[in-house]
Amino acid sequence: MPPPFSWIVAIGRFLYNFIVGDDWTMAAAVAIGLMLTAVLNVNHIVAWWLIPLIVVSMLGISLRRASRKAR
Amino acid sequence: MTGLWAVLITTFLASAVEAIEMVTIVVGVGATRGWRSTVIGVASGFGVLAVTVVILGAALSAIPIGPLRLVIGALLLVFGLQWFRKGVMRVAARGLAGIGGSDPQGDADQWRGVGMDWTAWFLAFKGVVLEGLEVAIIVVSFGAGANQLGGAVIGGVGAIIIVGGIGLLLHRTVRRIPRSLLQLIVGVLLTTFGTFWALEGLGVEWPGGDASIPGLLVVYAATALFYITLERNRALGLRPAA
Repeated sequence: MPPPFSWIVAIGRFLYNFIVGDDWTMAAAVAIGLMLTAVLNVNHIVAWWLIPLIVVSMLGISLRRASRKAR
Repeated sequence: MTGLWAVLITTFLASAVEAIEMVTIVVGVGATRGWRSTVIGVASGFGVLAVTVVILGAALSAIPIGPLRLVIGALLLVFGLQWFRKGVMRVAARGLAGIGGSDPQGDADQWRGVGMDWTAWFLAFKGVVLEGLEVAIIVVSFGAGANQLGGAVIGGVGAIIIVGGIGLLLHRTVRRIPRSLLQLIVGVLLTTFGTFWALEGLGVEWPGGDASIPGLLVVYAATALFYITLERNRALGLRPAA
């Protein structure tokens, strides 16, 4: 791949690894959670609890998956 | 508004995590291949990082605080969650151990030539830029989100100076700093502020306003302790009581 394109790919790869990392499902769950929170908030429903709940549960799911993979 | 101390502590710890590897690489290269080219490589690397911080800081300062907090909050939340997860796994597996092992550049060839040693320059430059880029992004985004960019830069630079000083004076001590525990603490802090800012950016009202930040911190810290215990029990083959 010629230099300008290889640099773009390298930057894209760095940003993906930096932001998303090993488990893309956690990033996806946070993105969906933020969208749901926005919808609830627009409809005047208390929504601050949703993201902390997603964080705690997704962390558990991801850790469990990682330890199963390691066995 | 997030206090200056919270910004200083978070950016200091985040920078310290990456600075440990950065200093280990630089000291390894300097000790084996000579200091002159290594120091020039380090200076070039920090030059690139300084330009990155200035450009990124200027770009983020131009965005209104509402959308900025949503974007930065979401970014810090996703990124912080990664460190949170890695920190739990590593602390559960290794406790408070440092990075250990032999020097990464310990097998490098001795430089006996005259003039610039480009291998040493490149190794030092790469070590500083690669390890420092994540820190630069965290420091700038955290500082912009808290509206305390100056404090964030002081925290980040302070950590690099202190860890760098320890690395130069007491080479082996740097490798004994409990990096996994630091990574876990920073993961919990970034996840806490990321959660708070992302929801503030969406216009969500937190119960108690800023006072909910310590509450979130306690919840996430308790979560970390719970999962560390669970991971240790899993590693030992223990099952929770029925």
